Amino acid sequence: MATLARLQARSGFIENQYYFRNSVVDELRNKEHYAAVKIQSWFRGCRVRAYIRYLNRVAIIIQKWWRGYLSRKVYRLTVEVAYYTMKMDLYNAMAVRIQKRWRGYKVRKYCFNYFCFKEYLRAVSEANDTIREVLQEFAEIQESEEKKAELERKEQKREMEARKMHYLLSTKQISGIYNSPFRREPDPRELQLRKAKPLAPQRRRVMQKPSVGLTDWLACTSARSFPRSDILPPINRKPCQGPFRNINEVLEQRYKPLEPTLRATHSVDGLQQARKELRKQEWVHNISDKMFLPFSSHHKKEEYIPSVFSTSKYDPSSCRKQDFRSENPQKWICDKDFQTVFSSFDLFSKYGKSYSKAGEIV
Amino acid sequence: MSQRQVLQGLEEYQKARLQFVQTVAEQATRPQNIETLQNAGVISLLRPLLLDVVPTIQQTAALALGRLANYSDDLADAVVKGDILPQLVYSLAEQNRFYKKAAAFVLRAVGKHSPQRAQAIVDCGALDALVICLEDFDPGVKEAAAWALGCVSRHNAELSQAVVDAGAVPLLVLCIQEPEIALKRIAASALSDISKHSPELAQTVVDAGAIAHLAQMILNPDAKLKQQVLSALSQIAKHSVDLAEMVVEAEIFPVVLTCLKDKDEYVKKNACTLIREIAKHTPELSQLIVNTGGVAAVTDCIGTCKGNTRLPGIMMLGYVAAHSENLAMAVIISKGVPQLSICLSEEPEDHIKAAAAWALGQIGRHTSEHARAVAVTNTLPVLLSLYMSTERSEDLQMKCKKAIKSILQKCTYLPALEPFLYDAPPNILKHVLGQFSKVLPHDSEARRLFVTSGGLRKVQEIQAEPGSLLQDYINSINNCYPEEVVRYYSPGYSDTLLQRVDNYQPVID
Repeated sequence: MATLARLQARSGFIENQYYFRNSVVDELRNKEHYAAVKIQSWFRGCRVRAYIRYLNRVAIIIQKWWRGYLSRKVYRLTVEVAYYTMKMDLYNAMAVRIQKRWRGYKVRKYCFNYFCFKEYLRAVSEANDTIREVLQEFAEIQESEEKKAELERKEQKREMEARKMHYLLSTKQISGIYNSPFRREPDPRELQLRKAKPLAPQRRRVMQKPSVGLTDWLACTSARSFPRSDILPPINRKPCQGPFRNINEVLEQRYKPLEPTLRATHSVDGLQQARKELRKQEWVHNISDKMFLPFSSHHKKEEYIPSVFSTSKYDPSSCRKQDFRSENPQKWICDKDFQTVFSSFDLFSKYGKSYSKAGEIV
Repeated sequence: MSQRQVLQGLEEYQKARLQFVQTVAEQATRPQNIETLQNAGVISLLRPLLLDVVPTIQQTAALALGRLANYSDDLADAVVKGDILPQLVYSLAEQNRFYKKAAAFVLRAVGKHSPQRAQAIVDCGALDALVICLEDFDPGVKEAAAWALGCVSRHNAELSQAVVDAGAVPLLVLCIQEPEIALKRIAASALSDISKHSPELAQTVVDAGAIAHLAQMILNPDAKLKQQVLSALSQIAKHSVDLAEMVVEAEIFPVVLTCLKDKDEYVKKNACTLIREIAKHTPELSQLIVNTGGVAAVTDCIGTCKGNTRLPGIMMLGYVAAHSENLAMAVIISKGVPQLSICLSEEPEDHIKAAAAWALGQIGRHTSEHARAVAVTNTLPVLLSLYMSTERSEDLQMKCKKAIKSILQKCTYLPALEPFLYDAPPNILKHVLGQFSKVLPHDSEARRLFVTSGGLRKVQEIQAEPGSLLQDYINSINNCYPEEVVRYYSPGYSDTLLQRVDNYQPVID
């Protein structure tokens, strides 16, 4: 109990003490609390940082290894590629060298062979030269042929002329114009004339009148519808034995074309017809149908004075009527003028043409 | 009235008719009478006479109509409108040969003027009758019919096709084998007219076997026949490679080259045309011509003739040279270039000059060797002057420009280029400087010559826009020379030197 009493006695003190102490503690508690927090936070921070540092260190180690691994891998690859590239470059260079050589060789040999080209050009120029020569020759031949033909034509013409002029040939008695007696030698033309054969006297062709009569076309005899060839005498007849005439003469007589007399071939009024035709032609060519008339008629008053030289006392107009016709018109049968008619002269038209020589006078 | 009097009346009527048609036929030969005759309505008067009982009157009436229709297109039209053609065609089959000839003459005279008239002839069915006439015995009738067919087919492809469909081609080919020269001539010309329009028609002619017979006649002495034969062959060969090869296979080379020496101008021209038509197709055909010496022959031929006769030869050289550089070289060594430059400077007509310029361009465009060969003949200044002259045709100027351009782009022969520095327009100067800028860096001799001949000074005087192609070329030329040299030749250099003298302060001790 005593303790109790002591305690009770001390209780006031204790109470004070308690309060005092408690209040002190309360005062310090906040401070201490903050300090403790600070210390703890610092410590914890340190610990965490250390841990993070640790983690970082470890991560770096991992990364280092990993990266090293990766880059070693890449490095190996790169080296391989670089090596490969280098190798390929070398190969390519070598290939280019080979190709260069080969291509040069091929082109020089097959594509553009300089010697071949030269050869080609030479061949071409040779071909050109030959063709030029050949063509030149050809042209010359042509020209000479033409010249020859021209000469021949001239020669023929000269010969024909000589034949036509054969009558100028000199005879023994009379020297012709080309054979002057005052010269030593005859003219060359004379020699030519001697060589030439005289032209056979040309028969006058009977002119066929191109008239188309009504009967002509019915019988188809007109020259326009069907051409007819002249009858040719047979060739290669052997001469007959005996006292016969020359076969050519006989044949000529046999196949002689019909030679009607002038009287038969020409119409009676041919002259008048020709005049009419002429007048018609003139009319066609006339520009104006009206006659040209002089201005005045004073010239009519003057008498026509004939020239002294052209006058004669025989009046030409009177001769026909008065001399050849009866003067008494009562006795005329018709009152028209006589028509001039050309009669043929048998002696001349037949001269030299008759078959028999019996009746020849000259 | 006796029978004799009746007959006399008839006879007089007949004589009058005959005299009428003969007078008209005779008067129709003079051009000054034609209008009077036309105004007098002579066509309607002649029409009934075509059906006359007397053959002579019929023929003469047809002859008169033919002469009238021959004169002008209007009269031909009048003949067509007058319904005369059916009559002619009707009687073409039945009458004698003289009438056939006259009727074919009318058809020819009508058909030659225009495609419409020719179509009218086709429409009235004349072609069949004409083809039958081609089988006649008389060469005169054949000739007239072939001529009429040729005149019809001349105009266009449809008419030619109509002629071919009528079966004329085999008969025409038979006609060229006849002995008569005139008939051969006309038949060859008809074949030429038929085959000129299209490859198919030409193929028809070839299928009928015309080429062999035509090729045989090249050596015929008759000049007009040769003209027609060569023209027919060239019309066949012009269409395609196959046809040209067929013509070549008939062994026309080197026979055709003899025609180039002929006296007749048209034979020469047609021979050149034939060679040109063959050469233009392929390099192989051109090579064949070169190998037979055709280029030399054509070159000689160009030298011996004048004017339009030269044109096909010039074009032939151009075509051959255009194919490949070897062929162009062959033209050069055949002495084609001097001949062409003579043509270029001598010929008065623009189209021939243009052809020569084109041919020269084709020769010079291959390599520098070719360009040099063209340049040494002193052709470039001529081309330039033609290009610059104002009175020349536009076509010629274009061709000259192209030729100059293509030659310059290959030319490394500097002496020929130098004159261009002085008188060429900028668009050509560009190419000239381009060539200089390519050659000078590699050739020291040329560099030296370029300076001494005053080319460098001229280059410095050229005003070029900065950044243009011309400026690039000038720069690259300048880079070939030391800077002092370039500056020395620049215009106004002496002024700058004087200025420097003025500004210079001498150092005085």
